[in-house]
Amino acid sequence: MKTTVNTQRRQFMVGAAGFTFGVAAGVPSALLTNEAAARSGSVMLNHWVTVFTDGTVAIMSPAAEMGQGSLTSLPRIVAEEMDADWNRVRVVPSPASDKIYGNPGRGYTQYTAGSATVSGYFDSLRQFGAQVRYVLLDNVARQWNVPLAELSTQPGVVLHQKTGRRITYGEIAAFAKVPEKAPAITLEPLATAQFRLIGQDTPRVDVDGKHNGTAQYSIDVQVPGMLHGAILREPVDGAGVASVDDSAARAVDGVVDVVRLKYGVGVLATSAWAAFQGRKALKVTWGNAATGRGFSTDKGLAQFSAAASNPSQPTIDWERRGDAAARLKSAATVVEAEYRSDYAYHAQMEPLNSIAAVSAMGDAVEIWCGVQSQPMAITVAAQALGIPESRVKINSYLLGGGFGRRGNRDVDFVLDSVLLSRAAGKPVKVTWTREDDIHAGRFRPLYVNRLRAGLDDAGNVAGWYHRAVCDHVMAFMDPLRFKIVKGRDPIALLGTEVPTYDLPDRTIEGVLQTTGMRTNPLRGIGFTANSFATEVFVDELAVRAGVDPVEFRLRLLKAHPRARHVIEETAKMADWGRRRPGRGLGVAYVSYSGTQVAGIAEVSVDSQTGAIRVHDFWCSIDCGVAVHPDNVVAQTEGSIVYGIGLALTERITIAEGAVEQSNFYDYHVPRMRDVPQMHIKLIQTRNQPTGAGQMAVPLVPSAISNAVFQLTGVRLRQQPMLANRVKQAMLDSGTRFG
Amino acid sequence: MARKLTATLTINGERRTITAAPDTPLLWVLRDHLQLNGTKFGCGAGQCGACTVHLDGKPVHSCLQTLQGVAGRTVTTIEGLSRDSSHPLQKAWLAEQVPQCGYCQSGQIMRAAGLLKETPRPTRDQIVEYMSANICRCGTYARITKAIERAAKEMV
Repeated sequence: MKTTVNTQRRQFMVGAAGFTFGVAAGVPSALLTNEAAARSGSVMLNHWVTVFTDGTVAIMSPAAEMGQGSLTSLPRIVAEEMDADWNRVRVVPSPASDKIYGNPGRGYTQYTAGSATVSGYFDSLRQFGAQVRYVLLDNVARQWNVPLAELSTQPGVVLHQKTGRRITYGEIAAFAKVPEKAPAITLEPLATAQFRLIGQDTPRVDVDGKHNGTAQYSIDVQVPGMLHGAILREPVDGAGVASVDDSAARAVDGVVDVVRLKYGVGVLATSAWAAFQGRKALKVTWGNAATGRGFSTDKGLAQFSAAASNPSQPTIDWERRGDAAARLKSAATVVEAEYRSDYAYHAQMEPLNSIAAVSAMGDAVEIWCGVQSQPMAITVAAQALGIPESRVKINSYLLGGGFGRRGNRDVDFVLDSVLLSRAAGKPVKVTWTREDDIHAGRFRPLYVNRLRAGLDDAGNVAGWYHRAVCDHVMAFMDPLRFKIVKGRDPIALLGTEVPTYDLPDRTIEGVLQTTGMRTNPLRGIGFTANSFATEVFVDELAVRAGVDPVEFRLRLLKAHPRARHVIEETAKMADWGRRRPGRGLGVAYVSYSGTQVAGIAEVSVDSQTGAIRVHDFWCSIDCGVAVHPDNVVAQTEGSIVYGIGLALTERITIAEGAVEQSNFYDYHVPRMRDVPQMHIKLIQTRNQPTGAGQMAVPLVPSAISNAVFQLTGVRLRQQPMLANRVKQAMLDSGTRFG
Repeated sequence: MARKLTATLTINGERRTITAAPDTPLLWVLRDHLQLNGTKFGCGAGQCGACTVHLDGKPVHSCLQTLQGVAGRTVTTIEGLSRDSSHPLQKAWLAEQVPQCGYCQSGQIMRAAGLLKETPRPTRDQIVEYMSANICRCGTYARITKAIERAAKEMV
């Protein structure tokens, strides 16, 4: 994409020498995230597909593109059902509108998150595509005066078999009339549908340009007359500014002004470099109003651990079936363990940034940014300026990685640019440094998970109890949705549930802690910690029951053939039964938003340093219909790499409420040398599509921990499994090996 | 007022003259002064490689090179790697569908071009060691490896 959304949009509207199809879209009522309310709304017509007389078909793609590939996947669904010639399709990133482009699977909000894009839009885009095809056929039927039933399509062409006549979509565009109301089409069920594009690979439309430097991210935008901004932010959320000495900053060549904000101090300069230098020269004393003042990782772990085992601690019911307490009481053996996960950081490669141009009167603003939700960014800008949302214009760009960091409702980095532009009276581009991005990072929370389960004499699980304790996430990153979910924070607690395991007596609950730490969804969300606990614990149970860990899981999944299938396929690929000298194998399985995934890690451990090396990782994924199979594989590769980092090296620590890490020299993300051979099997089934963008992430830490146990007999219950932690665990257990 | 430096350097085959503070990193000279935006800011600390360019033919972190230090020298950025995106690495990047978010990929390609210049037929281990200087957070490493191997074959 060499042009911005708005430029394309303009060309698209002005140059529409064809016709545009209106399609039905639900109108959300007051609560945009309330799906039921949205569905019952009235019907309005809007632009999704335009057929040009030259045969070009423009298809809107409503999701943010951050590398996950939905810019390509979504239009493929429309093109499939309308029988478009993919070579003539032009993908157009859609403008901002919850009403028109909102994801039906996310309560009609235009918010790209949760690996819910293909799954959420799938049915409606099939419907839109089928409607377009019907209207094309109907127009030809009228034009040729033949029954519609005698017409058929080939890609981009309508055919009348009886007479051998054919007409291209472009030719139809020259005379077609669009009905006011889109016809409802009964779609072929997935089990029997014949797909031509869905399920086939194609080059991703956003990849061209990412090989020659022309792909545009918001950090590349330069607006005439703009200043550059950098912000020294409060080290702890809510601390506030007590006093500022900006004399040295103002003396830096290129610095134009220093602006005091509620949450920090901004420096305006004629170049990014000057803004950074000016910011470095600021001397700021911070206030002490922060909730997180004095907090530390160690204090948090002690506090969370106490909450995890305190019987009178108030909890959130997450999942409750049968009578876990009674079964545990009568169990022959009770196994109990505590697991811990440190704070983790997104580390998207493009540091956060945004450009804003507030009008001289302060009554309008134009923004250039890369966000997971355009409507959220519009609301933030409108509220900051006290203007109607109609006075906010947003230009969206490719995201240099998201991983959840650009989906918080307060869109902190967009707000920066709006506030500094208003103060400057000029367009301002605010660029965060990597240090800013880490110091003001919004992390995967700190977790302590406590699990307890019984085993009967036959080695069956009798009663299952899980309590997850972590920082609040949704209350911080999206207070509006937190109200809607009534405090049941899915970002924090998803992954504690065990929807497929046959555990009829189970109690799963959460405890959310107010620590004042900044938190956000991070690729794999709560699963990265909760499923780590669950899957290592299942392994511990298998060992106690004397059953092979793969077999143990298969027994728990009798009623779920798709779940069993991913485990069996992975075990087969990994040759699970074959022991390898000096190596350990560990298995993990997750049911994540319906997607079934299993992984097996093969590891070795350096007995001197405790460093874990992952040599191979096998993974099977069944996400139903895979619209773009190669992209599902690519996302799974990426998920495994992301999981390696969370498992082995990535750790944010807090001292005196502030983040201790600063850059990639003390926050270690995986590099090429850390990556195992990956063997990924995509299992294509004719089930409704489910997510693919992050589902394999949580497999990795638990599979590695389980593999280290097989090799050494040492259980690693805290991630990241840093070398010194592994070494300590081996010393503690008196283990010698290798 | 801090002094400014006027320096001339050869960028992608053209002589360019820039006036800026002498300690301005080459990265920001390229991006803010010359609008060569294919070179990316990732860490500013020589850790991630998103800003990799060739200085006198060798890959360097442009965030660690100052204007003063590069005056009179020759710089190649992703925009100058080939005239029409036809470098075997660029073609291989498309063929293997390497990029996801794409932000680090200019740096990855420039780093890989440095590798193939030094070692036209690298082993898998040589690729892994050399390319471990660069970070891809989307985790496209396996495809980067394949693309380098594909390009190496084409170039010999």
